[in-house]
Amino acid sequence: MKFGVVVFPGSNCDIDCYNALRDVLDQDTEYIWHRTKNLGSYDCIVLPGGFSYGSYLRGGAIAKVSPVMDRVVEFVESGKPVIGISNGFQVLVESGILPGAFLRNNNMKFICENVYIRTESISTPFTNLCGKGQILRIPIAHGDGNYYVGDETLKRMEENNQIVFRYCARDGEVTDASNPDGSLQNIAGVCNREGNVLGMMPHPERCMEEILEGRDGAVIFKSIINYLKGGAVNG
Amino acid sequence: MFYAKVYITLKKSIADPQGNAIKEALLSMEYDGVKDVRMGKLIEIKLADKSSKEAEKRVKDMCDTLLANTVIEDYTYDILEVQP
Repeated sequence: MKFGVVVFPGSNCDIDCYNALRDVLDQDTEYIWHRTKNLGSYDCIVLPGGFSYGSYLRGGAIAKVSPVMDRVVEFVESGKPVIGISNGFQVLVESGILPGAFLRNNNMKFICENVYIRTESISTPFTNLCGKGQILRIPIAHGDGNYYVGDETLKRMEENNQIVFRYCARDGEVTDASNPDGSLQNIAGVCNREGNVLGMMPHPERCMEEILEGRDGAVIFKSIINYLKGGAVNG
Repeated sequence: MFYAKVYITLKKSIADPQGNAIKEALLSMEYDGVKDVRMGKLIEIKLADKSSKEAEKRVKDMCDTLLANTVIEDYTYDILEVQP
């Protein structure tokens, strides 16, 4: 089982993702330079956070035309799991692999803090070890995390169970006060129709060990490992 | 040779927090009557195309594939012929 962490110029959470998978969870993991043209040997691809290409034009807009992204599209079509975190999520929406788009945070601030998210779907390769409605405490760090999607697409996404995480209060209630950035319907993470691609703004790789004041992020990566080992996906 | 000016703006239906901050600043400077401010981007492109039709087709393509995100943004452009 092999994980690949894509490195774009300007990625800055690649080392955290590598550390989470290799050092904390003992998985075979490699960095993938964005010019790589072959992803054949990998079982899961991680698009990490950061500021690919300086987030010029729009977050993720220039990374989507990196050579590796054509291979990522093929990887997605082959049905293997791909997770995009923060800027990685932006790359996935810009490339059209996931629906929606990102706007500036509605309070115009870059926000770096722990937030609570509620697991809305546990029938994905990324959440199969979560309990129904499980609340996770995971940090966010973004200035353009205000998720937007058109009404019709949103309706389709809800019907297909594609909303995976919502920002919530500590007790799990989804409220305006617990929405850090103005994201539509408190959306913090979504998957594609087929369910093998997850994009999420919070950074699970930053809370993998108690020394980092929490390890709620580990359940996401452990779910992927469980899925790759043939573990059941709920629902 | 052609010179394209591409204007990218947030769709009318989408809130623009930056524009709003600018509006508040203008009002605080006592520029009364500022009703609304929307902020966008201007991208200038020099093109070696031979005809304006060809240049326009390519600029439209660039907008749809990279320059604008049509989920949230609208675009317009002007294309001018210039001496090389």
